[in-house]
Amino acid sequence: MTSARTNPALLQVTRLRKDFPVRQGLQHSLFGRNAAAIRAVNDVSFDIARGETLGVVGESGCGKTTMGRAILRLIEPTSGSVVFDGIDVATLHGAALRSMRRKMQVVFQDPFSSLNPRMTVGAAVREGMLIHHLAEGRAADHRVKTLFEEVGLNPDYASRYPHEFSGGQRQRIGVARALSVEPEMIVCDEPVSALDVSVQAQVINLMQDLQRDRGLTYLFIAHDLSVVRHIADRVAVMYLGRIVETASADDLYSNPTMPYTQALLSAVPRPEPGRQTARIVLQGEPPSPANPPPGCVFYSRCQHPLKDDDCTRVVPPLEEKTPAHFAACIKQPSQLP
Amino acid sequence: MTDPLLSVSDLRTYFHDGEVVARAVDGVSFDVAEGETVAVVGESGSGKSVTALSILRLIRPPGRIETASSIRFQGRELLQLSDGEMRTIRGNRIAMIFQEPMSALNPVLTVGEQIAEVVRVHTDASRHDAWERAVEMLALTGISAPRERASEYPHQLSGGMRQRVMIAMALVLKPALLIADEPTTALDVTIQAQILELLQRLQEQLGMAVLLITHDLGVVAEVADRVVVMYGGEVVERATMTELFEAPQHPYTEGLMSAMPRLDRDAERLVTIPGVVPPSTAWPSGCRFRDRCSYAWDRCATEHPPLYPVGDEHESRCHLAVEPLRRSESHTPLTVRVGADS
Repeated sequence: MTSARTNPALLQVTRLRKDFPVRQGLQHSLFGRNAAAIRAVNDVSFDIARGETLGVVGESGCGKTTMGRAILRLIEPTSGSVVFDGIDVATLHGAALRSMRRKMQVVFQDPFSSLNPRMTVGAAVREGMLIHHLAEGRAADHRVKTLFEEVGLNPDYASRYPHEFSGGQRQRIGVARALSVEPEMIVCDEPVSALDVSVQAQVINLMQDLQRDRGLTYLFIAHDLSVVRHIADRVAVMYLGRIVETASADDLYSNPTMPYTQALLSAVPRPEPGRQTARIVLQGEPPSPANPPPGCVFYSRCQHPLKDDDCTRVVPPLEEKTPAHFAACIKQPSQLP
Repeated sequence: MTDPLLSVSDLRTYFHDGEVVARAVDGVSFDVAEGETVAVVGESGSGKSVTALSILRLIRPPGRIETASSIRFQGRELLQLSDGEMRTIRGNRIAMIFQEPMSALNPVLTVGEQIAEVVRVHTDASRHDAWERAVEMLALTGISAPRERASEYPHQLSGGMRQRVMIAMALVLKPALLIADEPTTALDVTIQAQILELLQRLQEQLGMAVLLITHDLGVVAEVADRVVVMYGGEVVERATMTELFEAPQHPYTEGLMSAMPRLDRDAERLVTIPGVVPPSTAWPSGCRFRDRCSYAWDRCATEHPPLYPVGDEHESRCHLAVEPLRRSESHTPLTVRVGADS
């Protein structure tokens, strides 16, 4: 981890924002009222060093998936910049964009819907190589076989169709497809959350082996805090479109600073019978991103003993509370109960 | 000893497709006592959900509960009841909640109407009284402004709120047994904590038993009194919750516990269980877990292991119980002992 941090940043995301317009009634459009917008991703900045894994955690609707898609330009960011390997991704078009996409691949959550059911899995893995002119004909066949072996699949399975595989095998195929174009970074969006525990461990180990062997960089988006602790070097916690805390995995899990992170960690059921430490049960649910509250977005559910009106006045900036540990809270860190 | 509330014995639920038979549940036995929480743990394809549906007799053809299976509830054999008699038990004495509340709720009725309907079907309460009980129940599940919420439709509610509505509907008649099939799996972790807390509070208030179907060992450790681990359509281990976590005996249970990434520490590498669950149309001979087991020896291929007693209220379907030396001889133990580092 420490060695990866000294590498230069491969990906730099600065003040990234993505708004989704909310469709409104006729009278609003006729009378020129400003269209409302959902701020799915709001002023997000971070960087990832080459060879590093940044884990992004948060609950449904926090914007983590939208952020991943905006970085890949699968959707257009509203503002902000995404610089990959020194190139601003937002300015790219046509061939340049395609060539950037080769370097930045993605593995999705649902291995059932991310593979074309009418294409053999071998053809699915081969397709990227053809598009990017990396290999053709026999050379491509050979590379498909090598990739299958690398992800732990029998190379003879290349002629089969997706429905013939289990969830874990399909996720291996998804990884093989991402690797087929020799990317430098992979955005992994909940890659193991549809898998059973025993299979999940197999896929996580595979991803770690591939990272070590190929020097890959991962942006690993997941809601499962235990999985992220295991795989990530650094972790960013998102809430209502913003990063509210970021630190090395060890530091974040042992010294969570932002009240939301504290609550999130304490809510995870742990396989330790009799562990009867007080749990912070958050009341209510996150506010709507269409109408975020002023000031701190977590204010309405915050359990911090010092919370007061100051919290509703300004959006707390991500401040370095201890070395390399940033949190968006204007109060002194409170202890976990 | 008094009879347990629910006693499942040698339950076999098979799905027939011509010559092919999928033995989804294949000889499952366990008891649930009044007021206690029993967790059935297993991964996809273990047969845990089919077991739950079988108890309520919700198996449709080509599925069939085979003869010689027995499900006794409050002293009555459920498998011999008429459909009408079964309907009076379902939703009234035994209720069920599912993983995905959206698909279990009727989108064109308000949630209040749906809860009131349960009351009106099973009791002779008036329309007004049924509605009042629905509102009361919503309040009990911690929904704020229950009277207003009762008039809303499922799509107007969040996932956590819908699960509260499901719970209100399931518990409005104060059943003796609640079957909860992955009740928090679709929910975010902070909402999951709220729902688990709610279920435990209501269980105490109403004095009901809970049969919790789950894949999440963390949830099990939070709420269960006893645990049944399923694999390959069978019970492979049965123990009190504490005993299961402190001294898991079956290699599958051991494997599950060590394959889980942990929140409180980081291992260099996760222990995996190689391979996948075999299909229920072709369970391996002998022990069904042997292809994936690092202890397996020749006996495992030829002799189907029974549930051996391995301690007080603790049983394991593994020949290691009678050949314990093989555990240390053949193998470095898989399990990182739970809680040993804290």
